[in-house]
This record gives sequence, C-alpha cells and structure tokens, in this order.
Amino acid sequence: MPPYPPRILILHAPGVNRDGDLARAFELAGGQPEIVPLSALRRGEADWRHYAMLALPGGFSYGDALGAGRLWALDLQTWFAEALNDYVQTGKPVIGICNGFQALVKAGVLSAGAGATLTFNASGHFECRWVTLTPAAENPSPWLTGLGAILCPVAHGEGRFLVTQQGTEGDPVLAPAASAQVALRYARPDGTPAEGAYPFNPNASLADIAGVTNARGNVLGMMPHPEDHIYFYQHPAWTRQQDAPGGLGLPLFVNGVHFASQV
Amino acid sequence: MLPVFRLEVASSLPMRAQGVLAQLPTVGFTRPVQLEIVDLYFFESGDQPLTEEAVDALAQSLICDRVTERYTVRRDERKEAGGGVKAEEIMAVEVALRPGVTDNVAGELLRAARRLGLEADRLNAVATGQRYVFRGDIERDALQKIAHSLLVNHTIQRYALGEITPEFVHASPETTAAEAIPLNALDADGLLALSKARRLSLDLAEMSAIQGYFRSLGREPSDAELETLAQTWSEHCVHKTFKALIDLTDRRAAGQAVTTQVDSLINTYLRAATERIAAPWVRSAFVDNAGVIAFDEQFDLSFKVETHNHPSAIEPFGGANTGVGGVVRDVLGVSHRPIANTDVLCFGFPDQNLADLPAGVLHPARIRAGVIAGVEDYGNKLGLPTVNGAIYYHNGYTANPLVYCGTVGMGPRDRRPNTALPGDRVIVIGGRTGRDGLRGATFSSLTMDAQTGEVAGASVQIGDPITEKGVIEVVERARDQSLYHAITDCGAGGLSSAVGEMSEKTGVRVDLARVPLKYAGLAPWEIWLSEAQERMVLAVAPENVPALQHICDTYWVELSDIGEFTGDGQLHVVYGTNEIVRLSEEFLHGGRPRLRLKAEISAGARRGAGARRGGATGESQPQGDSALGPGAADLLLALLAHPNLASKAYAIRVYDHEVRGATVVKPLVGVQADGPGDAAVLKPLDVSGWQGFALANGINPYLGEADPYAMAVSVVDEAVRNAAAVGADPSRVAILDNFCWGDPRRPEILGSLAQACQGCYDAAVHYGAPFISGKDSLNNEYLGTDGKRHAIPGSLLISSIAIHPDVRRAVTMDLKAAGNWLYLVGEWQPALAGSHAVQLAPACFAGSPALDCSPQLPQLAPQIYRALHRAMQAGLVRAAHDLSEGGLAVAAAEMSLAGRLGLELDLSALHEDACLALFAETNGCLLVEVEPQHTAAFDQALRLESAPAPVAMRLGQVTEHPEFRLAFHGQTLVQLPLAALVAAFTHS
Repeated sequence: MPPYPPRILILHAPGVNRDGDLARAFELAGGQPEIVPLSALRRGEADWRHYAMLALPGGFSYGDALGAGRLWALDLQTWFAEALNDYVQTGKPVIGICNGFQALVKAGVLSAGAGATLTFNASGHFECRWVTLTPAAENPSPWLTGLGAILCPVAHGEGRFLVTQQGTEGDPVLAPAASAQVALRYARPDGTPAEGAYPFNPNASLADIAGVTNARGNVLGMMPHPEDHIYFYQHPAWTRQQDAPGGLGLPLFVNGVHFASQV
Repeated sequence: MLPVFRLEVASSLPMRAQGVLAQLPTVGFTRPVQLEIVDLYFFESGDQPLTEEAVDALAQSLICDRVTERYTVRRDERKEAGGGVKAEEIMAVEVALRPGVTDNVAGELLRAARRLGLEADRLNAVATGQRYVFRGDIERDALQKIAHSLLVNHTIQRYALGEITPEFVHASPETTAAEAIPLNALDADGLLALSKARRLSLDLAEMSAIQGYFRSLGREPSDAELETLAQTWSEHCVHKTFKALIDLTDRRAAGQAVTTQVDSLINTYLRAATERIAAPWVRSAFVDNAGVIAFDEQFDLSFKVETHNHPSAIEPFGGANTGVGGVVRDVLGVSHRPIANTDVLCFGFPDQNLADLPAGVLHPARIRAGVIAGVEDYGNKLGLPTVNGAIYYHNGYTANPLVYCGTVGMGPRDRRPNTALPGDRVIVIGGRTGRDGLRGATFSSLTMDAQTGEVAGASVQIGDPITEKGVIEVVERARDQSLYHAITDCGAGGLSSAVGEMSEKTGVRVDLARVPLKYAGLAPWEIWLSEAQERMVLAVAPENVPALQHICDTYWVELSDIGEFTGDGQLHVVYGTNEIVRLSEEFLHGGRPRLRLKAEISAGARRGAGARRGGATGESQPQGDSALGPGAADLLLALLAHPNLASKAYAIRVYDHEVRGATVVKPLVGVQADGPGDAAVLKPLDVSGWQGFALANGINPYLGEADPYAMAVSVVDEAVRNAAAVGADPSRVAILDNFCWGDPRRPEILGSLAQACQGCYDAAVHYGAPFISGKDSLNNEYLGTDGKRHAIPGSLLISSIAIHPDVRRAVTMDLKAAGNWLYLVGEWQPALAGSHAVQLAPACFAGSPALDCSPQLPQLAPQIYRALHRAMQAGLVRAAHDLSEGGLAVAAAEMSLAGRLGLELDLSALHEDACLALFAETNGCLLVEVEPQHTAAFDQALRLESAPAPVAMRLGQVTEHPEFRLAFHGQTLVQLPLAALVAAFTHS
C-alpha cells in the first residue's frame, strides 16, 4: 500500500448512481476517493489536477436520453475536454464503469482502434445478473496486472459492444488493433470463453468483450460492476460455501490504486 | 410558416421490432410481416428559420449512433388534416406523444442543443415519435387495429397512418384570476351535480359543509378553493373510510343480526395493535409520510408502501413509474436517504382472451409489460435496488391492476424535522409544474369506467427520475446542514396538499406567479393543484435559503421561493395581486364532516376466527394411490408452472438489485440463482458491524375471497415467517398494511374490510409485530359499458422490515448438501380454502373436510420462530423455506431445484390423506435443512416447553442423485427428475 493514498476523482453527473459503490471499492483498495459533481469542478470548488486518477461510475447520466452515456460524453467534450485530455494523454489512470464506460466510448476516448459503440442488449431489455470475466492475457495494461477471473454483476440495458462493420457482408469483425485493446471478456463459470452464448455473454457483445483499454493501456472501460463484489457476502451463492467464494472484484481496484500512486 | 424539420433515425439492430412482432398475436394478428421501427425527432424553428445543416449537425453529434444507426433529415411538410397520405406510406404508422405529456428525451435534447449553440430564436421546440413500417401481408384495417391496441396508448399518445404532423406545446392565453363558482344558492341535487361535474368526489354532507362555510363568509368559493377542499378531503389524502364511524351488522350467528359500532378502523385495529405492542424501537408510526424504526445507535430505518392502481390501469408505464417516484419522496419526507425498493404487482392473467376484455380496458399482458417497465425505469435510474416483491394473477385484476411500490430509507437517528415555523420561506425544489396529473387524489377515489382513460388523461404523470435523483442528493445534504424545519412531498393534490399540510398549525401565504412552469398558460388553480412529479416543499428560515440554493445548484435542482409561513391560521394563495384562495386552516383540516358508513357481514361468510381450529383432523383411512396416485407428480409440476408460483425472473432480472452493494440475500438464490428467495437481506455499506435488515411480504387474495379474516392473519404470518426464514429476528419485525378494496359504500365490501382489519389486529398482537405505516386504496372497481361491475378481490398486502442481527448467519432456501436432513418446523394445520391445488385439481380434494378450512393463526408460531432464530444464530441451519401456495410439496420442490440436489421425503406422519399432506396450505410452517452433525442440537433448540407435541419433524434427506421423491405409507407418490422441476418452475 502506498504511503500516501492517491486521491481519486470520482466524477458525478446528473443521474450517476454507483458513485458510492465505486468510492467504497477504491477506499478498500487503499485509495482516497472523492465524489465530485461536475458542477463543483466547473465552479472551481475542486481542481481535477489535484487527483491521481479519474473514475467515471455507473448510473443513468441524463436518463440515458439519446443513448446511454451520450450526454455525459457531451459534458466531457465541452466542459471537461482539457481535463480529460490531460488524464488520457499523460498516462494517468482513468476508469469508466458501465455508464462511465458508455460515456468514454461515446466521447471517443475508447474506440478499440475503430468506430466503437455500446448499444442495446440483444435480449432487448435491461439485465441484472452475475457474470464471469477473464482478463485478456495479451493486454499489458497496468489495470490488468496479475488479475484472475472476476465474478461480478452486470446491470445494464445498453452494454453490447460493437464496432463499425469491417468488410461488406455479415457480422462485424474486430480489427487486429482492436483485439489488442480488449481488456476483459465474458466467460462461462468454468473460465472457458462464452462464445456469445447467453446468459454468459449477457448482451451479445462482439467477441465477448466486456471491457477495453485505450492503446496506451491507462484508460479502462468496462460494463460489469466489480465494485459490487468487494465483500464475500455480495456473491449470490455465498451461503452455499463454507469458505468465502473467490473472484472478488477488489484486485482490479488495487491495481488501479497502485498504478495511480506510481504515475 | 417557418420550417419544421423531421429527423428519422433507423437502427440496424432488430430487437425492438422483434419485441413488437412477438406481441402481434395478442391482438389477433398472426400473419407473417416484417417491421422496421424508426425514431422520429421534430425540430421547430424559433423566430428565425432553423437550417437543415443545424439539424444535421445535431443528428451527427448527439442523436445518431455511428455504428448501428443511419439517419435522414428533411423539412416536414404540413398536410391537410385527414388527407394527403401517400399510397406507399399507408403501411406505416407514426406515433407521437400528445402535447403537454412529459417528454424527457425531447427535454434533454433541447438542453443539449442549447449548449451546442442553438438558441431559442433558431430552435424553439423539439418533439419525438416513432415510425412503424410494416411490410408483407397486411392491409389498412389490420394496421389500424395494431396501432390502436398495441402501438399506442391513447391516454398519452396519438397516431397517424402515414406521416404524423408534430404538435408542440404553445403557451395558451394567460389566465391569472380565479373563477368564482356559484355554490351558495344550490340545493342538494345542485350540490351533488356540481361535485360530479367537477369530479370532486365529495358527498352531500361534505358539499353542505362547504356551502355552510362560504355562506358564513358571505361569498362564493373560487375554483381553486373548491378544488383545494376536494383534494384535502379526498379518500386518498384523509382516508375517510378508515376514519369513519361504522355500523357493522354481523349476520353470521344463526337467525340474528348483531350490530356493533366501529369507531374508525384505523384506530380500532391498526393503531390499537401498535399501541398495545408498544415496541420501544418504533420511532414513528402512522403520523409521518413513512413509518420509522430504530436500526442501531446511529441510524433509523423508514419504510413506506404506496399503491398507484388507477394511473397504472390507464397508462401502465407512467402509472407504475410515478408510483415508484411517489413512494421514494415519502421516504424523503422523513428526511431519509432512500436505499431500496420493493414492488408487489397484481394483474389479470396474461393469456386472457382479447375478446372478453371489458370495453376501455387494456390487455393484462400490456399492463404487465408497461408496469414492470415503469418500475424498472424509475428504480434503476434512481440507483435503488428493487429487492423484494411478488406478482399475483387473478381475473379480478383484469380491469383493476394493483401496483404496490415500496421504499426503504435510512437516516441518522431521530433527525426528522417536521415543524414549519412562522417566518419560514415556502421553498419548492425539483421539477417544474405543468398540467400533468391534475386531480389525481380525487381521481384515485373514483370508480373507473370506459371513459376514465379519456377524462382522466390529464391525471397521468410521466416520471423524470433523474430530476428526483438530484432532489435526493439535495435533501440528504440539506438535512445534514440543518437547513430546513419541515419537508413534505408534492403528491396527490400537488402544492395544495403539501403546502396545506405543512401550514396546518401556522398559516401560509403563497404567490403562484413564482412557481416555475413547464409552459405558460396554466390557470392559477391548475398550478395550485397540478401533480407534476419530483417536487418537494421545504420550510426554510430565510437566512438558510442561500446555502440551500448552493446545494441545489451543485445537483442541478431548481429551487423557487413561493411564499412564507405566517402564523395567522389562514391558507392564503395569490397570483400576483389576484386573490386565489383564502381558507381558514381550521376549516380546511377540521371542517370535514365525519363519514358514517354501514358494513355488513353476511350469514354465509366464514366465521373467521371461529372457523375450525387445528385444520382438518383426518378420521378417514389413508388415501394414497387411489385419490391422487400418478396425478401427484403432474399436479406438482402444474403448481410449479402456475403463473402465481412460477419463477418471476422475467421481472426480477430487469430490476437492478445489486446497486448500493448492500444486497446480502438476493431475490433469486441457489446454485444457478433461480430459486425463489423468501426475503431480501441488506447490509448498507455505511453500516459497520454485521447487523442488517430483511424485507419480506405476504399477500393472498384467493384466500381473501373465501375468508378475509383468515387472509389477514395469514399474510401477517407470511410476512413475519418469510423474514424469519432468512434469519431475521422475529421479535424485531415491523409491518405495513396496504388495503386495496372495492367500493366501501357497499356494506358487504366494507364488512369484509372490517373483518380483514380485525385479523390484522389479532395477528400483529400475536407476533408482537407493530404496524408502522399503512395506506388504503379503495374503489378499485370498474364499471363496464354493460353495467357490470368488475371488482377486485379484497387484497391486503403486508410488508415487513425486520432487523437481522448478523448477516453472516443469513440463510437461503436452496438445499446445500447431500446427506443433510430436512425438517418440517411449525404447527402443520392443513387447509384448502383459497388454495391453488384445489383450483387446479378439484377432483383430488372432493369431500375433504379441509375444503372448509382456512389457514389459522398458529398459536405457537411466535415461540417457534424465535427458537428457529436461535438455531440459525448458532449456525445450525443450512436452508429454510416457508410453506405457502402449493403447500409442502411445492416448498420442498423449490428447495430442491434451487440447490440442484435431490430430495427423498416420507410424508406418512403428516396426515392420512395424501392430497392434504402434499398440497394443503398452512400458516406457521417452514422446511429446514440441518447437517447430520447438528441434528441433536437442532432438536434440542426446537424443543418447546409449552408445545404438546414436537414442533420439528424429520421428513427425509437431501440426496446427490438428481431426483425428487415423495413417499407416503410405502408408496412413491412423486418421483421426478430434478430437471423436470426446473423446467416447470422456470418455464424453460
């Protein structure tokens, strides 16, 4: 644990609601999170330069009007462009979870090397269920260092990761540049790839993609909620096991705090 | 005319169209067709013409998804009304909201467009819609029918074949004065006619009292004054039936009628139970917007459950949506942070034949889809986990669906400011006021008919959860900084109720010209009465207003200062210099003549408490194979697949039940998370240590039809027992009552309500479970065009909140390991009244004495639940599940399928009649799984001094072999593979 816990800026916009869950996860991981409304930043009551990490939590910013994350992305692009640019370009850690991921994608920060989007689940409805995630071994992002499988819930209606169609016919395929940026994939409970099968891949994301990084690896976006599995009792089957179940989401946040304290 | 632009956005993804296509058979259309759904956006120029380039830029940067969507922009051509449809467009239907209906997407889009530089002089307004393009074997008539009964809700939407002409809300001419209503010269008929014409829902005595008041003032009332009185005196706001003086005539005793007087149902039964129990941990019961109990030294918990039935019947999404929003604001009204939601929904059967629906009624499948989506939308967007509930089907709910929405809040101990002081400012925070939701309180007190949807269209509200989320953030911070003296929500009756309630002891002066409006042109009485959502009223000392304003600015919440609490005992409302309302608070709150009602319990009604105790004592010979035989397995599967018993995953999975990270026991449990949990257990992240709380409920309308008293005791028992099943402390349970009944002016309806209240009292006192809050929704009747009344079965929901001393000891219902023993715990008293097994297989139970038996209040249950609780705290219990609909066989099967483990039970010791042993329903019982090494300790823990017989009986063991076996007197009655149970329960 770093001697001075890095300060983490958890950005709050209208309709954000997993800010508290995320703050608790970072706290537990040794960070010093602060939930700061965008309005307070705009009024100069807080300064984004004083933080070692930027985190965009889940929720329904602006009610997901015009598509999930779209209007929050507009905030990022118009009011927060300099700050976001500073984080992304200087290699400071940035994480967006669920609605935060959607905002980063719609703002063009995470594009998987092509045109990417997060759109409506193939099931056509919101889905709250637990999933198994496996980290992409080929992605060297500090967020993923030494990470094992994560069990955690998804809770979204627009989590299907798609990219601009490559080629003329059939399903879109992932360009090689995009493949390298895949961070987390949906898997079956035994860790084998979901291969698109519902409900293991809960939204029919392309190539089981649950999370991606930027090319540099400092920005991570993901749909599932590791911040909602930081205690054993949050796991849905904890009463079945005499020993605490594994697969907690906490190591991801520990990685993030470690990363932040080194930048 | 300056141009209006039309933007069409089409998606390459088929899900939405597939969803609509899947529903076509429910409106009788079965031919194969293709469908494309296109989103429509309309942009109206300001004083300067809008350009196509500007709209194109909006489409590119804000609206159209580059990966999955494509768009076109063009100038919208106005067409002559009713004509001008091009031939090739005939197979397209376009749908848009009626003007004035809240359109959150259009609102956000307009705001975003302003930020991108499109000011009001260029872009005046935005509207949205959808275009449905059908291709294939379909003609105009069929299309019209599909549009009419599937695509459009006429209450809030309109449609056109071909292209629709957008409508924008424009300011209507300003009216700033009140209108005087001639009242003082009216006779009795005239008063009633006025009440009816204005939909005041006031009876003659009430109208006469109002007439007397204005005669004494020597003037006629204004429209706003009359509406204020109607709202304040409505059933919805003052619960006049529950406070009425009732002459109750009981005809059950042979040959004689006994009439007694009940001086207020609420005081006699509900409040009386709470007072008799006198639990020291009850912080507030019945007086505040929500009930409050102690959690620990630091925190209190609050709980409130509301109904939103009538609005959900005519606009299911908006009705349920604002139902959630309303109950969340109730919790804000006790200055608590909302932390979890519950929902209990009652519908007609979703396979109901369309042709048999009463005129003017939406199909139950549509109501269900809309209501679930409405609960999902509001709860998920507020970031509140929806963790407990039920869905119940009954033909009586076809025209009258029930939507019970509950919210739990948490706040610092004993910190609930609720006294406005003279000199305080009247501060409104949150949403703006529009014409939406006018007269909701009186609307909810009316019997509905085929015209209700049309007439009450204005009563429908569409929620805006993101605004409410901001209000939540503001209230929590304002409370922590002690910035207000009182707070209440704008619910039914709008400002008139909220301000009226807060000023009861002081008086108030309000200027309606200072209320921010969604659009200009509202008459003063409309501003005063509007039920626009997401508003709270606070009493704030003038020096604290700037600090509150700063918090509101931070969370994007609008604040307006509309007046002052005065101290002169007058409710005084002006619009600028125009006088709108001047009523004495004394008359407004104390002038209502007390309602006097007649209730009757007919000779044929059940004895309730006097019914045969102890269930059916079987004198007959063992009946196994002969009566039931191989049918037992089929009946078990049919029960598991019955809509009332089968998995509710279709709703649970669209609710976020994980947000806030507190959900220790989730609504679905077990190996594959598909078993029906008995109760939710939560431990808020803010709480240190291991204490948490459980949420559960009980509802049983089928039993209520047969025996309202028995229903009441049964649902109280079930709400307590479900909480006990997950390990909550059965002596720390608080309960809420929600009565949904028919028209109380009909004596037999009121009689059954009185019986249910009596049951509430007896059961609450029995369990030491105080009522902390309650609500009634009466007049749940629908008058068909044929004059036939469609009433709901009297439906009592009991919701429970119970302290869980150590969530690490929480227990779930899924079987855990082979070799463990399964016990039946409790006094098993078989009853069949209202049971599901009898409905499905009446022949199996013909002649059974249990047919006449209702489940009773189990005498030893409080001690048994406490003993079981101690065993759970000692770690002796691996699983527990309550016996409810479908009896023991269903409970055991659910445990088995949830744990994906086999079970082998012998039920011979229960009863001579196999049908009863398997399927009879009972109160007070649970199945409990215990490891072999703990059986001795468990037996010891469940030994009660006072019990004549053991209250825990071993029935058999858990097996690795995936088979479910029930034996009876040497025969195997049920032998089913686990997969069959799973398939039946999950409909997979």
